[in-house]
Amino acid sequence: MSRRFLALTAALAAVILIAPLAQSPAAGQATTASAAKAWTLPHTPDGKPDLQGIWSDNTLTPFERPKSLGSKEFYTDQELAELTRRVREGRQGEQVEGAELGAANPQAIRYDLEVYGFDRTKLRYTSKRTSLIVGPEGVVPPMLPQARERNAAMAAKVKGHEFDGPEQRSLSERCILLNQIRIPMTPAANEGNLLQIVQGPGYVSLLHEIDHSTRVIPTDGRPHVPQNIRLWQGDSVGHWEGNTLVVDTTNFTSLSAYRGSSDKLHLVERFTRAADDTMTYQFTVDDPTTWAKPWTAEIPWTKTKGPVYEWACHEGNTMISTILHGARVEEEAAQKKGK
Amino acid sequence: MRSWLSDSVIAGVTAAVLLLAAMPGAAQAPAYRAPRTADGKPNLNGIWQALNTADWDLQGHAAAKGPVPLLGAVFAVPPGLGVVDGEEIPYLPAAVAKKKANQANWTMLDPEAKCYLPGVPRATYLPYPFQIVQSQQNILISYEYAGAVRVINMGAPTKAPGDSWMGWSNGRWEGETLVVDVTSLMEDTWFDRAGNFHSDALHVVERYTPRSADTLNYEATIEDPKVFSRPWKISMPLYRHVEKDAKLLEYKCVEFAEELLYGSLRKKSSN
Repeated sequence: MSRRFLALTAALAAVILIAPLAQSPAAGQATTASAAKAWTLPHTPDGKPDLQGIWSDNTLTPFERPKSLGSKEFYTDQELAELTRRVREGRQGEQVEGAELGAANPQAIRYDLEVYGFDRTKLRYTSKRTSLIVGPEGVVPPMLPQARERNAAMAAKVKGHEFDGPEQRSLSERCILLNQIRIPMTPAANEGNLLQIVQGPGYVSLLHEIDHSTRVIPTDGRPHVPQNIRLWQGDSVGHWEGNTLVVDTTNFTSLSAYRGSSDKLHLVERFTRAADDTMTYQFTVDDPTTWAKPWTAEIPWTKTKGPVYEWACHEGNTMISTILHGARVEEEAAQKKGK
Repeated sequence: MRSWLSDSVIAGVTAAVLLLAAMPGAAQAPAYRAPRTADGKPNLNGIWQALNTADWDLQGHAAAKGPVPLLGAVFAVPPGLGVVDGEEIPYLPAAVAKKKANQANWTMLDPEAKCYLPGVPRATYLPYPFQIVQSQQNILISYEYAGAVRVINMGAPTKAPGDSWMGWSNGRWEGETLVVDVTSLMEDTWFDRAGNFHSDALHVVERYTPRSADTLNYEATIEDPKVFSRPWKISMPLYRHVEKDAKLLEYKCVEFAEELLYGSLRKKSSN
């Protein structure tokens, strides 16, 4: 039994949780050809595709494709097996090109993997894709000049004032919007990153374990809330297209940028149950003020076991007060020295 | 003349009371059978909200001046009849002092002011809506306040993996009623802005019973032998948001609590 790795972000200190017991993904092997058993899509009592359960998006597939692979979109079975072997046999911290190691990434290591139970031998690829971003480029398109300027101006405002008050700290540190819960949902540097789906008539609710971030998405075809209402996680409305749940999100704030986007971000997510233990999560982000064209990623989710723990970030946040207190102490010392 | 009138009124009222008392079942709400979900359970799906002042004080209270005089009548304490059965909260003698101290320092100590997760039952009667998403295996309740959430397990009861702010919820159906057993609650939450509190021994049993198409009756039995001499109960109706396209919005209140929590640690302006 492995323990589930909690979090690599600095917000770890703020989490009121004991290192939880583990849920290794129930079965990642279902994508192999031998497991091609007859499977029928389950439905909820009111006749909608049943997406319910606890899912993990943990994968070795990197978000962006390594440059050396050019436009190669898929690995062969052999290449994938070889990469997996190198990851599993590698030492802690050893980098493998073409593998997103998360906690085992040399830059990410701040904690002893032993302590957090992050088991390198359990890491695996969940598809043959060379990157989560689909298409010949396999990378986020270059940022438009106007977006670079916008982001530089925002960064400049904070520069030199990083420790003035809580507002200058990151949304993640403040437990307002943790990096791992931003939508679209992408694998975070931890073993679990669990998402629980509960469906009721006319609604699909998505509960992200990290910071108990929850979206209750109506599927009755209603329009978005008025444009003047801006929300950290945007406004999500959904509908069914065949067996796929399509969720459309707009109304983001200008501060909840996704990879440098503006509040013009338009996100479309598609959830399709692919097998008993697999869900295909695909998203397309479009923001003409940030990128010249929309781009799409596809992430297979694997069904796993609970429980989903309560992740209370703000309640145990000693980080903001410690950082600000430290800055005031330093200022006072500098002032005394100057006298 | 005046005496005759009041005598008549008293007689009339007395007769009506006696008549009501004599009618079997008149004191109780008539049995209501809720619409069913596709799997045959009472359908509790919807966006609900309490319409009372229980979050100000579970017990009956008159209107009072608010804690911030500058806000005038905008943030004064609204009056309410209270939601505690029998009115009294049976504190153990040793716990009374802590309740009073909580109340005296309410604005600094109340976990709600700090935007902390509210716990159960307070989440239900905070002045914000919540949404029930009812499935067969689980019932998810999403609360607007602080983005609080809980998933009620409707299968075989399970044991909490640890204490948490929103507790561990196992549910079951008793006829028309959803009964939820809530354990493993942390001691850090309060019941209201009046400083009513509990310990980590808190055990809450909630009962959600449909009473009409757009109302539920909510009851919570509160047991905590470290703080109270006996179990006690609160009850109130919950009202459905019937407006078209009603929706929970974000109330990520962390940023509203930062001045309270970190204000003293801000950089002093150099001028």
